[in-house]
Amino acid sequence: MPTVKIPPVLRAHTGGDAEVAGSGDTVGDVLRALAAAHPGTAQQLFSADGDLNRYVNVYLNDEDVRVLQGLETPVADADTVVILPAMAGGAY
Amino acid sequence: MATTEPIDLVKSRIEELDPADAREELSSGDAVLVDTREQHEWDEAHLEGATLVRPAEVEERIGDVVPDRSRRAILYCRVGNRSARAADLMESELGYEDVASIAGGIEAWQGAGLPVVAPEGMTREQRMRYSRHTLLPEFGVEGQLKLLNAKVLLVGAGGLGSPAALYLAAAGIGTLGLVDDDEVDASNLQRQVIHTTDRVGMPKTESARISIEALNPDVEVVQHRTRLDADNILEIIGDYDVLVDGADNFPTRYLLNDASVRLRKPVVSASILAFDGQLSTFVPYEGPCYRCLYPTPPPPELAPSCGAAGVLGVMAGVMGLLQANEVIKLAAGIGEPLIGRLLLYDSLATRFTELKVKRDPDCPVCGDHVPEIPESELGKFPDYEAFCAGAAVG
Repeated sequence: MPTVKIPPVLRAHTGGDAEVAGSGDTVGDVLRALAAAHPGTAQQLFSADGDLNRYVNVYLNDEDVRVLQGLETPVADADTVVILPAMAGGAY
Repeated sequence: MATTEPIDLVKSRIEELDPADAREELSSGDAVLVDTREQHEWDEAHLEGATLVRPAEVEERIGDVVPDRSRRAILYCRVGNRSARAADLMESELGYEDVASIAGGIEAWQGAGLPVVAPEGMTREQRMRYSRHTLLPEFGVEGQLKLLNAKVLLVGAGGLGSPAALYLAAAGIGTLGLVDDDEVDASNLQRQVIHTTDRVGMPKTESARISIEALNPDVEVVQHRTRLDADNILEIIGDYDVLVDGADNFPTRYLLNDASVRLRKPVVSASILAFDGQLSTFVPYEGPCYRCLYPTPPPPELAPSCGAAGVLGVMAGVMGLLQANEVIKLAAGIGEPLIGRLLLYDSLATRFTELKVKRDPDCPVCGDHVPEIPESELGKFPDYEAFCAGAAVG
């Protein structure tokens, strides 16, 4: 099963877990399965029409899925899907 | 080699030369001159025509430098002790016949007003202070001179800016600009190590200046006691070679990105939250920009501030120093900057992850289809507060 890395801001919705086991054959399937299992993440990941929100970056291993096949990018069991929102903290 | 033998006894067995006599003999050109100090001492200053043979290597290497054992050899070190022991070793154990040591070493030589070879552009104090840099073959005196001439702007004298500023100052960055309009608060001290308890309430740029100048008087500190905005940004960043983004909010990060792309200035960007950090180096048109990585800012619930969500103080140190490391590489022109790569640090797991970031051909700022901005429009920027607030609604 692929591994999904959860950013700190979404961990409240995964019971604090930084990694969860994913399921699905594509990046979109994996993220939709995550949203189904942890409903709090759904609104953060997907817009109302089901697209990935633009402010959420998703990587398959170390590649941005935008330069692969987006949500249609195939996922293998050994892969890691990284969800990465921007962070602003520098603390003046 | 009996290095524990009293030095006076050693010296009684060998020939010692006054610096002036040594110079006269060297100018006639017959003697081989050997420096028996360490590399970093050599780099600070040495005698013309000398060859370095480190004290620990005398036995092994002196035969290469002085192959003829009957030839006259003159040795020196800092004050004349290591060279005396080396001369003694050469004569008593290695079969050399005519070795002398300069009494008082290079210090006495310089004290007598005799010339030395020293790197140009650095004072004696600077050669001492930066000797551990100049010792590095990749760095050398040339690299240090580049740092001394570099101008670096730190956006934010807080969590990331504090450690970055301290180490950049120690490294000898010639000019450090600091942008911050805030004052030192007691809650900052858990991570903002450039400030001190007795400076709570003082403007952060002033507090930072005090620490930097105490650490390294070589550094010129320029205080910009303001927040970056569309009206002042080009004027403020225009003078600097490298920009360091440690801002605590998205409008400033997008503004800094857009302005730095227009002026083609590299930005070393980091952010921290809780136990996580991100780092990348954005060099306009060589790699992606901040907008290629993050086309739109996240809504507030996905982007809490450190003030709201907390941050491990050490994270500021780790990520701020990784920024300083990137700055030094850019300024000295060494190594491989973190261009087109995003480094993630998870401090709870102690795990670094590297992701690839590509230039976005459709990037609204550095993309292929962005029209050139006329000079008259250069200082005009979109409303970032609205841009970031709009994202919150969307």
